[in-house]
Amino acid sequence: MVARKKHNEIIKAESKNLNFFYADGTQALKGINLPVYENKITALIGPSGCGKSTYLRSFNRMHDLYPGNRYEGEIILYPDNTNILEKKVDPIEVRMRISMVFQKPNPFPKSIYENVAYGLRVRGERNKRVLDDKVEEALKGASLWGEVSERLHDLAFNLSGGQQQRLCIARALATEPEIMLFDEPTSALDPIATVNIEELMSELKKKLSILIVTHNMQQAARISDYTAYMYLGELIEHDLTDKIFTNPSKKETEDYITGKFG
Amino acid sequence: MATKVMQDLVISPELAKNFRRNFTEKIIEFGLLFSAVFAVFITTAIVYVLVSEAIPFFQHVSIYEFLTDTVWTPNYSIKRYGILALISGTLTTTFIALLVAVPLGTITAIYLSEFASHKVRETIKPILELLVGVPTVVFGYFALMLVTPLLQKIYPDLTTFNMLGPGIVMGIMIVPYIASVSEDAMRAVPMAMREGAYAMGATRFQTAIKVIAPAATSGIVASYILAISRAVGETMIVAVAAGQQPNFTFNPVESAATITAYIVSVALGDLEHGGIGYQSIFAAGLTLLVMTLMLNILGHWVRKKYAERY
Repeated sequence: MVARKKHNEIIKAESKNLNFFYADGTQALKGINLPVYENKITALIGPSGCGKSTYLRSFNRMHDLYPGNRYEGEIILYPDNTNILEKKVDPIEVRMRISMVFQKPNPFPKSIYENVAYGLRVRGERNKRVLDDKVEEALKGASLWGEVSERLHDLAFNLSGGQQQRLCIARALATEPEIMLFDEPTSALDPIATVNIEELMSELKKKLSILIVTHNMQQAARISDYTAYMYLGELIEHDLTDKIFTNPSKKETEDYITGKFG
Repeated sequence: MATKVMQDLVISPELAKNFRRNFTEKIIEFGLLFSAVFAVFITTAIVYVLVSEAIPFFQHVSIYEFLTDTVWTPNYSIKRYGILALISGTLTTTFIALLVAVPLGTITAIYLSEFASHKVRETIKPILELLVGVPTVVFGYFALMLVTPLLQKIYPDLTTFNMLGPGIVMGIMIVPYIASVSEDAMRAVPMAMREGAYAMGATRFQTAIKVIAPAATSGIVASYILAISRAVGETMIVAVAAGQQPNFTFNPVESAATITAYIVSVALGDLEHGGIGYQSIFAAGLTLLVMTLMLNILGHWVRKKYAERY
């Protein structure tokens, strides 16, 4: 087996020389080499348009939904040791193992219960008891159970923004993914809801690997173990979060985190 | 002093009300109000004419008889006035039309909104909408000369005039209404909702059926209501191909007249103005108006109940 270690961490997935082109020909990612460590939070920071969201969305092949987008290079998922960008790889299978939480809470027009059960139903689970158990477990995992256990069959839209986002996390959690992608998950939330989500992520990393895009540097510093700084589609620096925020090795990174730029 | 009451307020000419601007604004406002009131006025006028002509009719015929009798022969020597004989025709043809149009229209909408590429959609949609522009009398003869003979091959006892053929053709005619309005509703569902479903590992079909269609329910149901209203009010197809003999039946293989078919056949004949036969078409028209009004109220209610909340 290939050595999957770096920094004494186990690599869960890594991009190798990843390029990405939008349908109009713009190159949004330029040769990105970046590991995602198991049971760690990796944060992607950088100014708007630097490609951090594009990078994140490559992991569950979200770009496939829009015709004309093109990947080059590899994203290797372990332990399969498979390039998930390969044409022969089914994006649906990838999405079943790598789930995603979006910038704005996007619950489905269904009940709280059905939202969480959705991924399981998609996978063909019909047993009511199994569904009940997994829904409860996922809602507990997203620390939402206490607030909604009495009204599981209410419409999800009746929840507050922060609750909706935790519902989306529960929804993603229900299918027991190996990696969870967070695309600026707290940018639409108030400070208290943000703290809840951040605490939740620290809890979640015990079970899975997390890749998060954030435009909030304090957030990256608070919750992540590793931080990658991107600029104009390139990876400038990737290191332990403590190192990036106290003693970055690149001048550009320092300028960005000290607020001189961006 | 900040609290001092200001007296003899002087307004500098630069800040004074601009007369010209206010005047044009008023004219525009009046024009808009006029357009809005005009539509209301026309509707009221139609209702007025229908009601005023129907009142003498109902002085001859009791509402009870009108609504419960099942024979409609206002222009025969033995006069009977049972609107049910016409309503049954309208309901049967509408029902057949919906049986065709709802599945076909909804599936088309789902395909166009969730599956078709941009190019395919831009090709199919205009063609589909062209169907709306076909004169309905053409559809009527299409039903009479093509669909009914074809149906007779399957079911030889079918009479030349029947409700099945025109019902099916009417269904084809209203497919674009359902497809177009439903497709707009589904495309209006934010992309974030779609991405959410795909990110859960859903297929396109699962996304369309379980997430997009429920999110667009109000628009989809509105398209059904629009289609029903259209079918209930359709005249030429049924007048041409369903026969014009009032017949209290819900059996689609029999011939029957709808409310609209009766109105058009009587209105074209030469009838004594003010006679009971003449007045009967206004009573029938009023019935039609009440039916569509109820549908519109239902549509309004459904739209409110399932208003989009994404």
